Amino acid sequence: MALLTCKNLSVGYGGTAVQQNLSFSVNAGDYLCIVGENGAGKSTLMKTLLGLTPPLSGEIETGDGLRRTEIGYLPQQTVVQRDFPASVREIVRSGCQNRCGLRPFYNKEEKKLAEDNMARMGVSHLAGRCYRELSGGQQQRVLLARALCATGKLLLLDEPVAGLDPKVTEEMYQLIQQLNREGVTIIMISHDVRAAARYASHILHIGRPCLFASREDYMASETGKFFLAREGGGGNA
Amino acid sequence: MLERLVLYLQYPFVRYALIVGVLIALCSSLLGVTLVLKRFSFIGDGLSHVAFGAMAIASVVNLSNEMLLVLPVTMFSAILLLRTGKNAKIKGDAAIAMISVGALAFGYLIMNVFSTSSNLSGDVCSTLFGSTSILTLTEREVWLCVALSIVVLALFLLFYNKIFAVTFDEDFSRAVGINAEAYNLLIAVIIAVIIVLAMNLVGSLLISALVIFPALSAMRLFQNFKAVTICSAALSVVCALAGMLISILAGTPVGSTIVAVDVLIFFLCCGAGAIVRRT
Repeated sequence: MALLTCKNLSVGYGGTAVQQNLSFSVNAGDYLCIVGENGAGKSTLMKTLLGLTPPLSGEIETGDGLRRTEIGYLPQQTVVQRDFPASVREIVRSGCQNRCGLRPFYNKEEKKLAEDNMARMGVSHLAGRCYRELSGGQQQRVLLARALCATGKLLLLDEPVAGLDPKVTEEMYQLIQQLNREGVTIIMISHDVRAAARYASHILHIGRPCLFASREDYMASETGKFFLAREGGGGNA
Repeated sequence: MLERLVLYLQYPFVRYALIVGVLIALCSSLLGVTLVLKRFSFIGDGLSHVAFGAMAIASVVNLSNEMLLVLPVTMFSAILLLRTGKNAKIKGDAAIAMISVGALAFGYLIMNVFSTSSNLSGDVCSTLFGSTSILTLTEREVWLCVALSIVVLALFLLFYNKIFAVTFDEDFSRAVGINAEAYNLLIAVIIAVIIVLAMNLVGSLLISALVIFPALSAMRLFQNFKAVTICSAALSVVCALAGMLISILAGTPVGSTIVAVDVLIFFLCCGAGAIVRRT
């Protein structure tokens, strides 16, 4: 049984579809990269998967005992967060909010979970620091630790390397790969087709044309060859 | 000077004013941090004008307890503003401006046309700037104020972690199954209650100062949410107390004195923050 299955999914907002008839499935342990041009509907698809935007038509099913609220989410940074006075520990703990229900405060277990995930992401030494003073890479690690508090099963990452310099980008990809090897299923939005081809097990290319394939099949396909060649050419020029 | 203060403190209405003032300052500062961070600083201002309009209607129809009308009307507007903030045709700041000046105009119009009072401009001035209403509280109003303050405090403490999470990242909260809409609604209702309470203290034009200044001051000094919240509550109470005592001793208007102290403290905090950061 797949962790997440989408059947004939159409996504969009305000009644206008940006992407129609998507069908794909994600199994436990997969590393799915969603690539496509700007405006092709990558972020809308992600919001639909998270349940923030209702699908226009089609179905999203979860399996393997995964609940819809057990999806960890690494959003893109918002303006509010850039000058938010919050310590790293406060932010990571807020990942446990779905475990509390109506209980007003975090219990020992949840606090320990937060500490463990900070250690896992290598940000324990920053626990008391203010979020807005951290570097971009450190901020992403903090938000990853928060997402891991919400779930250990499935992470959705929205452009996790946007705005990071090449060295930190590479570290971020390594970190995500390591999480995947530890058994966390990854769905990542990226416009970096080459990185997708290096790390992902499956690739969903949306836009024109739409294609869902394993990495090997994608790289052998016309679409994959075309986009990889174009990216490669752009990178060398 | 101290003797005069002791003398004044023997009057029950001065004691009432101090109790109510401190409670209002405490409550209004709590959600200030959230409102500033959510870019809703002006909501306090807009809502207070709505409350002014409602107050005008209440005084014209001679309601014995004005709160009965003012509180629900303000709550309703708060919910309307926060709910439609995101996807309305008229965007957040324009909607607030529209509602606030509209309510202000209608409030003054109604007071002017229907009022039976002999001192109209005095009435308007005291509703806008709260000049003396804090000193004319009845015992029942004091108890109402105490009860509402306890409710606000309790709600804030119980939902502190959720309010933090929803303020920091609403999308994440919704993705993990938190009913963010409900918490936004809660924030809106609490804000409405605070505004109506605070009208007695500083009048409707100056309320947003009471909400945002302590939060902004605390944000200069501290770097985590808990410390900012506690500091902003403490600053707010100290400023309100100082402002009220000064106004009693020097005979200045209560509301504007408190806000003046708030502004002063804000600049002090700016300076202190800059020094701390440099070292």
